[in-house]
Amino acid sequence: MSTSDKWVGQKPAWCPGCGNFGILRAFRKAMEELQWEPHQLIAVSGIGQSGKFPHYTNCNTFNGLHGRTLPVATGIRLANHGMPVVAFAGDGDCYGEGGNHWLHAMRRNINVKLFVHDNQVYGLTKGQASPTSLTGMKTPVQPFGVLSAELNPVAVAIAMGCSFVARAYSADTDQLASIMVEAFRHSGFCLVDIFQPCVSFNKLNTYQWYRERVYKLESEYDPRDRLKAYERSLEFGDRIPTGVLYIDERLTYEEKVPALAGAPLVQRPFEPERLRETVRELY
Amino acid sequence: MDYSVKIGGAAGQGIQTIGESLARVFSRSGYNLFSYQDYESRVRGGHNSFQIRFADQIVLAPRDPIEILIALDGESIPLHGNELSDIGSAIYDSEDLGQKYDDPRFVDVPFKRIARESGGSEIMANTVASAAVLGMLGIDVSLLEDVLRDTLEKHPETIDTNIKVARAGHEYGKSHCPRCTFAVVPSSGRKMVIEGNQAIGLAAIASGCRFYAAYPMTPSTGIFVFMAGHAERHGIVVEQAEDEIAAINMTLGASFAGVRAMTGTSGGGFALMVEGLSLAGMTETPVVMVLAQRPGPATGLPTRTEQADLLYALYAGHGEVPRILFAPGTPQQAFKLVNKAFDLTEKYQVPAIILTDQLYADATWSIDDIDLEQFRYTDYRLRGDDFKSLQEYKRHDFTESGVSPLAVPGDAPHVVVTDSDEHDEAGHLVEDAPTRIKMVEKRYLRKMPLIRREIEPPVLYGNASPELLLVGWGSNYGVMKEAVDALAGRRNVAMLHFTELFPFPDTEMPPTVQPADAGREAVKAGAYAASGGTPPGFLDLMKSADRAICIENNVSGEFATLVRAETGFEFRDRINKYDGRAFSLEGLLEEIDVYL
Repeated sequence: MSTSDKWVGQKPAWCPGCGNFGILRAFRKAMEELQWEPHQLIAVSGIGQSGKFPHYTNCNTFNGLHGRTLPVATGIRLANHGMPVVAFAGDGDCYGEGGNHWLHAMRRNINVKLFVHDNQVYGLTKGQASPTSLTGMKTPVQPFGVLSAELNPVAVAIAMGCSFVARAYSADTDQLASIMVEAFRHSGFCLVDIFQPCVSFNKLNTYQWYRERVYKLESEYDPRDRLKAYERSLEFGDRIPTGVLYIDERLTYEEKVPALAGAPLVQRPFEPERLRETVRELY
Repeated sequence: MDYSVKIGGAAGQGIQTIGESLARVFSRSGYNLFSYQDYESRVRGGHNSFQIRFADQIVLAPRDPIEILIALDGESIPLHGNELSDIGSAIYDSEDLGQKYDDPRFVDVPFKRIARESGGSEIMANTVASAAVLGMLGIDVSLLEDVLRDTLEKHPETIDTNIKVARAGHEYGKSHCPRCTFAVVPSSGRKMVIEGNQAIGLAAIASGCRFYAAYPMTPSTGIFVFMAGHAERHGIVVEQAEDEIAAINMTLGASFAGVRAMTGTSGGGFALMVEGLSLAGMTETPVVMVLAQRPGPATGLPTRTEQADLLYALYAGHGEVPRILFAPGTPQQAFKLVNKAFDLTEKYQVPAIILTDQLYADATWSIDDIDLEQFRYTDYRLRGDDFKSLQEYKRHDFTESGVSPLAVPGDAPHVVVTDSDEHDEAGHLVEDAPTRIKMVEKRYLRKMPLIRREIEPPVLYGNASPELLLVGWGSNYGVMKEAVDALAGRRNVAMLHFTELFPFPDTEMPPTVQPADAGREAVKAGAYAASGGTPPGFLDLMKSADRAICIENNVSGEFATLVRAETGFEFRDRINKYDGRAFSLEGLLEEIDVYL
């Protein structure tokens, strides 16, 4: 099996031209660069077009419920902190249905890599607004346009002190692949918000729309300056920066849990001997 | 001898501290005890009570009459004074309550002054109260001194003063209660005290549970606290999730990664977990969920008891989700059933639910010992070299039994794939009808009959040919059993008690006959062991009883509905209690009396 074949999975059921294809190419590229094997990581996904992602590559997979990627990923990491865990979610999936889990995963700093397929629309349910849809965007269920303000995920993440925050564009697979590699090498919770045009349901944020706006952060940009990072995260208009916006190297949740000092739980044999001490306490 | 002590007061006054030290004194002296709590949903104030019943025979349920009332607040005597038995007395501190009672049954014990005058602070009034009770009962104060030494281990500087205060309180109680004619029989041996929630936590740990995620919710929180308190010793990760949705999904993630995992909650939290329960069913991920019931709907009576989530637990989940449902009524039943739940959920990859309620969760029992050998542990997961030696691996492989190999991801160069969407054997999502049919049959039709073969029948206690058969489940075990004890000799009464509720036990199975406890000669005389023979199938037993009464803490008769659905048997007589309070022995006997 050639290196590239082993990361090929089921035939994708995405629309031709879907922005997700760029994410799939970048992921395979990242895996080749990291030289991992498909059984050496676990992918968790939710529901939406992003939820199908793990099936279209090849790796251990738990494709769970809408919005619930991060709790499942957290449970996996706590049971086996020797295993890299990546969560693939959509903008509606992660920022809408699973918004609470997202906030708390960042607080915990669980060592999970979260890749959000952000197309600013609900694709699977055929074109309703998502939390990142631009204010005013008209859809079949928002005929008067989206009334709420659009969520800025990278700004929220920096405000939450998320350990690694990046923004990428799926058509730039080289940059995305290198951000993915950097995220996998980073110790801590990582958010990579990936713009990926929905060719069927988002007629506003098209390939052209993104192409006209995205630009790479300067090479001298310092992602360790939180205030600067926050300022750059707010740039979301005519110009939108991509790259690693913010890095805060701090202890992961797994490193702080006393029971996890040592081998992962999954590798430890069942040792009932110490139960006698617990029973004695009941007298 | 069968005495009850009730401690009444506001939340935050130390009711629990007094109750727990007295419970320890009684159990360490070898008495049998049962205690339960009646409290309001508040941290300070209100009126709560803690009732301890201790006896030389096994006791399993609350009783109404009390022998000693410790009145810590002004409401205690007006509320509970009339509960005193013929020989009963109450103690109260008139200086503290600002009120003096002119009734010889109510004894003024200056808790705070005795504490101060013995060199202690007013906080030690609780020690005075506990000691005074022992003085009134004629139980040696040295047992309380031992308990104080253990409980104050972390504040060694206060031990000597507390002991001094205890001795003064004991002396006062002994010499100021002329009415006290208690005949506490001597006892020997040493028993332990265990709370319902602790029994579940202990059984989970003994079953190899390595992960517990939950969101605090009364009355399940005791399990959470027990697991967290023992996490480091036993190598367990205990995580407070942001909500119950996260709790169940974390638990499933940990289980998918290869460890035994459990979550616990009450009705409202269980509602949030239901989507995850369905996910466990679809992905065939082992999980144990504890649902500690409290009265609903919605927030209901948060700190009180009810058995109204039985059918909810049974049918919760979108789609047809297979499940295992057990309802223990005593710590011993919990040891067995929690262990069995961990075993079966992993063996068959079907979610298991342990259904308890506030009465069970917060009650404590004295038990002789815990036989750790009773806990079975069979690792059904495919891991390490066994997994590596496979040529090919499919997570949802079609097998004859319907059970596919449950592999630990990462242990071999095969990938482990599962999906909440309908999926093929390899775990990839599919839409085609033939695969769908086979998967539904695998998950439900193949596995459920196999699980049903592992389900044990209900327990029969009492008369072999009962005119009156009390039928119930879960936490009503104790009160029903004591009702049989109370009526035996006068009437032919028996109890049929269910703990393994789903898959529903095979109706042709004879019930398991439970022998009478030592000293229960009247029960023994009419029971199967004495009359010989084996009982008929439990359904025939219900049919042949003159009257079979279904006893439940709910309004609609949920267990009666389950029995009808599974067997066609219709209970003509039912006793339903839905005031949020547990049955007391006297309360149940009064209800039964109508049928005698």
